[in-house]
Amino acid sequence: MDKLLNDFSPGLFVVQTILLLLLILLMVKFAWKPIMNSLNEREEGIQDALDSAEKAKLEMQNLQADNQKLLNDARAEREAMLKEAREIKNSMIEGAKEEAQTQANKMIAQAQEAIESEKKSAMAELKSHVAGLSVDIAEKVVRQELSNKDKQLALVESLLGEAKLN
Amino acid sequence: MIFLTMKVAKQTFKFFVLISMLFASTFAMADTPINKDGDDGGQVDTKKEVEDYILHHIQDSHDFSLFSYTSDAGERKHFGFPLPVIVWSSNGLVSFMSSEFHHNDDGSVIVEKNGVKLVKSHSKILELDAGASAVSYDAEHHATNAHRVWDFSITKSVFGVLVIGLLMLFWFSGLARQYKKKQIPTGFGRVLEPLVLYVRDEIARPNIGEKHYRRFTGYLLTVFFFIWILNLLGLTPFGFNVTGQLAVTACLAIFTLVIYTVSGNKDYWMHILWMPGVPYLIRPVLAIIELAGALVIKPFSLLVRLFANISAGHIVVMSLIAIMFTLKESLGVVGATGLSLVLSFFITLIEVLVAFLQAYIFTMLSALFIGMAVAEHEHH
Amino acid sequence: MVTYNLIGAGLIVIGAGIGLGQIGGKAMEGIARQPEAYGKIQTAMIIIAALLEGLAFGALFLGK
Repeated sequence: MDKLLNDFSPGLFVVQTILLLLLILLMVKFAWKPIMNSLNEREEGIQDALDSAEKAKLEMQNLQADNQKLLNDARAEREAMLKEAREIKNSMIEGAKEEAQTQANKMIAQAQEAIESEKKSAMAELKSHVAGLSVDIAEKVVRQELSNKDKQLALVESLLGEAKLN
Repeated sequence: MIFLTMKVAKQTFKFFVLISMLFASTFAMADTPINKDGDDGGQVDTKKEVEDYILHHIQDSHDFSLFSYTSDAGERKHFGFPLPVIVWSSNGLVSFMSSEFHHNDDGSVIVEKNGVKLVKSHSKILELDAGASAVSYDAEHHATNAHRVWDFSITKSVFGVLVIGLLMLFWFSGLARQYKKKQIPTGFGRVLEPLVLYVRDEIARPNIGEKHYRRFTGYLLTVFFFIWILNLLGLTPFGFNVTGQLAVTACLAIFTLVIYTVSGNKDYWMHILWMPGVPYLIRPVLAIIELAGALVIKPFSLLVRLFANISAGHIVVMSLIAIMFTLKESLGVVGATGLSLVLSFFITLIEVLVAFLQAYIFTMLSALFIGMAVAEHEHH
Repeated sequence: MVTYNLIGAGLIVIGAGIGLGQIGGKAMEGIARQPEAYGKIQTAMIIIAALLEGLAFGALFLGK
């Protein structure tokens, strides 16, 4: 301890104090302040750049989400349109079919009606014809009978056969 | 690329100019007067001489000597240059070059200036009492008829501090100037920037706290680089031992003490003087302990740690180098030299680590003490 | 007298050595248990080691 205290040089201590104080002041003024300011500035710059990049990324993500939404909407719309078109088509086909059916039915009915009326008129004609024919036959038969009984019968027979064929 | 190479070349050139200037002055002063039996560490052979030589080196010296040898003619030749001696004697300020002591260190060469007789004994300047014509020593080798004077000389340590201070100013103001032009430094600044960031982000910020660290970074950075570079300088063959001087480490520790004492807030002082949360009877006792801790123990441990580590490092390295002489007889010249080289090489590597570690620990503990003083406690 | 001082110095060094070993060993254990707390443990370790060192040096120099 004594030796240490003996080695301690008060003069060196004073000189060192002055020099260190001077060094600290000079270093703070000429080196540390500008260096620290520049470093802080640079770090803030980097932070800003990172922040803005992050922001841009977020915006991009939003944009992409928007796009996706638009795309989805469009797709849904198309889907809906297609469905509608299909429905319209089906309904149209259905309608056309029904109309055709009714038309056909109507035509069939008309045809049937026509046939019926033809038939009626044919029947009436036939009736009148048969009536005429029977009058004729009766006339002929009456004439024949006057001549030959057998012949008359045969005649009737044949006439009847004719009439049936008619 | 060419520009860069040129710049590097320029820097290197500057460095060589500096070094060669140093050496030129060294050799210019080579013919300084000679003293055959002065206590300059002369030839070193025995264990006792080695011990004296090492202890002499650990001390500050008044001239810058690189090495010395005895010429064929039996003269002591010294390579180095003298430094100015400035002392405050009983007759006022006295200054002269240290070469006037002719490398004498045992007090036998007397320099008479301004009517006071000055001698240099064991690296200290003593003023002879009136009437005395030669220093006389008592049994414990204390001078009986001379007293110490205020020694403001540019000693080797002060010279080292000046050189390193200028170098630091040059380097870091250069770095600061680089930042004005561009965001990222080039060349040597690229080495310095991570160190600056390291001190700020690993020492100042975590220990002092986000809110206050800016105020103290300047001091911490200065002290860190000051100690580190001087520690490293101590490992060079120039033989500086600046951070191994008690006066220097004491000055550094007292700076830290002043800073954390001045910047201590109300909470800090309350925790020292009137510790909350303990019985009233114990509080004064605790206050004494805390006060002693804050004002004496903390700076004392700071100054002693740095001083002891660096001095011990120098002693160990030099002792291992001295193995060359001390073990010459038992191991032979080759064996002793080889052992000495291997051991001193590895211990020097460790010393390089210690140089950084001590600078780191000093700065870190300073930051910690400052952090304790400015911390804002949550109120219980 | 010198011998007593040397014995004292030896005792101090033994004590400091044990202390440093404890600090270092426990810190290693801590790091092995929680490798992510490496930085914090290291800082705390250095601070405590530095305090111990200060104490040891103080004792050494008081004895010198």
